[in-house]
Amino acid sequence: MAIIEHEPGEILELESGEPSAPADRGVGLFRRPTDNTGWRSWLFTVDHKKLGIMYGAVAMWWFFVGGIEALLVRVQLWGPEGAALTASEYNQLFTMHGTTMVFLVVMPLAAAFANYIVPLQIGARDVAFPRMNALGLWIFVVAGIFLNLSWFTGGGADCGWFCYSPNSGLAYSPGTGVDYYAIGLQIAGIASLVGAVNLIVTILNMRAPGMELRHLPIFTWMILVVQFLLLFALPVITVALFLLTFDRSFDANFFNVEQGADPLLWQHLFWIFGHPEVYILILPSFGIVSETLPVFSRKPLFGYTFVVFSGIGIGFMGWGVWAHHMFASGLGPVSVAAFSATTMFIAVPTGVKILNWIATMWGGNIRFTVAMMFSISLVSMFTIGGLSGVMHSVAASDTQQTDSYFIVAHFHYVLFGGALMGLFAGMYYWWPKMFGHFLDEGLGKWHFWLVLVGFNATFGPMHIVGLQGQARRHYTYPEEAGFAFWNQVATIGAFIILIAMLIFAYNILRSASRYKRGEIPQAPADPWDGRTLEWSIPSPTPEHNFDYTPVVTQLDDFWHKKYATNDEGKLVKIADGNEIAQKGDQHPHLPSPSYWPIVLSMGFPLIGLGIIYNLAIAAVGLIVIIGSIYGWALEPATDPNAPGHDHHDDDDHDGDGGESAETEEAPVG
Amino acid sequence: MADAPTAQLAYGRTELDDHDHLPTSTGLSNEKLTMWAFLGSECLLFGALISVYLLVRNVPDELEGVGVKISEAFDIPFTSVSAFVLLMSSLTMVLAVQAIAQGDDKQTRLWLMTTGLFGTIFLAGQVYEFTIFYNEGFGYTTNISTSAFYTLTGFHGVHVALGIVMLASLWYMSHAGRLTQKNAETVEIVGLYWHFVDIVWIVIFGIVYLIP
Repeated sequence: MAIIEHEPGEILELESGEPSAPADRGVGLFRRPTDNTGWRSWLFTVDHKKLGIMYGAVAMWWFFVGGIEALLVRVQLWGPEGAALTASEYNQLFTMHGTTMVFLVVMPLAAAFANYIVPLQIGARDVAFPRMNALGLWIFVVAGIFLNLSWFTGGGADCGWFCYSPNSGLAYSPGTGVDYYAIGLQIAGIASLVGAVNLIVTILNMRAPGMELRHLPIFTWMILVVQFLLLFALPVITVALFLLTFDRSFDANFFNVEQGADPLLWQHLFWIFGHPEVYILILPSFGIVSETLPVFSRKPLFGYTFVVFSGIGIGFMGWGVWAHHMFASGLGPVSVAAFSATTMFIAVPTGVKILNWIATMWGGNIRFTVAMMFSISLVSMFTIGGLSGVMHSVAASDTQQTDSYFIVAHFHYVLFGGALMGLFAGMYYWWPKMFGHFLDEGLGKWHFWLVLVGFNATFGPMHIVGLQGQARRHYTYPEEAGFAFWNQVATIGAFIILIAMLIFAYNILRSASRYKRGEIPQAPADPWDGRTLEWSIPSPTPEHNFDYTPVVTQLDDFWHKKYATNDEGKLVKIADGNEIAQKGDQHPHLPSPSYWPIVLSMGFPLIGLGIIYNLAIAAVGLIVIIGSIYGWALEPATDPNAPGHDHHDDDDHDGDGGESAETEEAPVG
Repeated sequence: MADAPTAQLAYGRTELDDHDHLPTSTGLSNEKLTMWAFLGSECLLFGALISVYLLVRNVPDELEGVGVKISEAFDIPFTSVSAFVLLMSSLTMVLAVQAIAQGDDKQTRLWLMTTGLFGTIFLAGQVYEFTIFYNEGFGYTTNISTSAFYTLTGFHGVHVALGIVMLASLWYMSHAGRLTQKNAETVEIVGLYWHFVDIVWIVIFGIVYLIP
């Protein structure tokens, strides 16, 4: 099967949409960065793969921080009248735990996969705007640092992750924590918006020839839906956060109750963003398991069209359910009834997906890899969280459960049991494609089982104490309430999760070092017998992704190159994925690294600090941003002086992969 | 590239030869699609700001001792004139797009400058209006309706200002010979943004100023 035509010399340029150079000279203060290795190659890269890996690495750091915050909360709740933390410290910790996990862990982890995998799945050399992609990463990085700066300037935000007014006003939150929260999330929102626009354009415009939307891999579909949700949800939280900042810093009156402000204004704005946000968090994981379940069941995804349309359906319906977060706020019976009904309806497309996943596994030849185990645990754990979610749609029942630990149990089952489980499945699944080697499956199974047990031990009991009446966000509970036993189980569970995550970290380090020493082999191009285009190129992904732009004729095109029905109507293997995969031996011209994204991102925290402390600092930030935009606009996307494909072999850049030392001279297996 | 490709090209090269201008899957250029997506997002931004204003504009009527609502200060004839000037700038923007599409650099610069000038007149009108309001006792912090009004119109003003900066940059690039007929789409994309900002003002003018 000569699937790949090798015709060196005929090489496609990057399908980047960046405007071609206005002139053959670079304009700017600095010389262009050119390094292909070392720390500079990471800081100034515009490569979607490096950016994806950095998104993941930074998110894992915040996962560690947010996890420590959660553990401190659990330690405080170990026994009645806990004294490990003060009330103020406790408030800051649970607020920053929630904010960190939502905005600095789950969203960027999804962005990591979106950045790395989406271009590969659609057969593109990079995203539409590589420098904007880098900008998104660096703004996210400075946003995370900015949010957490508050720990060193008088304490973090202490108003809960949704920071209701008037509690968030100066009267009740006089410190700077809420300012850091509002501006930090604003900056993180800019990062997400930049990423969303870029990915929408990438997915809509840069698909391989023949890849119509109905051929789009399901993960890419879900990412597309998520980016549209981000596009339309972010401006609403942007407005809400601006109003809060203006209230606190410039004495506006939006949440000033003495001036007749309605506290529900914040709640509406926050949840109009906040409920689509819930789907922003979960849909990427739905996309991931919709890739892994078919591959490890050796069956096509059951009802691809249904899964796609239910994803789109969730995207639309997610806009009509926000007030179910506010049933207890006195909206009035009509609103409550309407939002109750829409909330019940939105369970339908979600249920469709779950049935499709089960039907995908049904009768399949299942391989219980760690990625598969995490995927199955998403299906089961998310279903539990989904069921308690349907309970909340019944307003009468919800009024009982609001602000109790039952709610905490519910959203941890959907966000930890759903989103995070899916993201872990994605890590084990795509690790060989990203780093060229597998994660150890044995350690991975320890990781998986400990997470599953620890997770259920932590959040399962919260259903019980929640229904018994333990209120969330209270830093102590009295002895006679009888909550102690289940809280102790939960705290033990939390530490089991910690052990599991330490095993995961050890697995990453050990696998990487064993791979470097040659003790474990390089992963082949198509290790899992995959269905989508990212498996048709070597592992780890070469710097330029595809030697030749693949031409796609159907859904799961790569799989159909490997399997066909014979004369008797039986499915037979006609080619080996590793043999027909591209070799990664071409050297096309790639977009050049740039200083401007990281320089530009530095302007945002300066403006933030300026608003909090002194507007002169903000002016400096503004100058940095405007200057960077001009430097950026005048700099051609591809440095005309950069080594081109013709003399690429002569210089000292290492090999095809060329990303880091570990890919050096790695023969494709 | 929605057409099904021919079989002999499977997994190999494509027949796309023009390396610099690969057709996109939708046929729209990446830059233009980006602007459309961004403007879609902006709709929600202004939608939220306008909603906030509508929700709180009459609050001072219902409450003792918080002053008079901002709409008491509106000078409709004055704002109508500045709205008309901004509306006309959309016309001159179209002329600029037309001029560069035909490769007429001189006309391009003329209409870019006129558009920017009209935008500046509008902004000057807004500054004048704000000054009058302020002197009449309607400050940003006076009450909730003034906060909402200044925030909404201020956000719009910042958008107009950014548009003027873009127009000025285009004018300068054209002057320096770096903006020619083959960059016509750049002017068109700035035009999209400019028209959007105009339309938003029509909505704001209609909803905020004209509805009592």
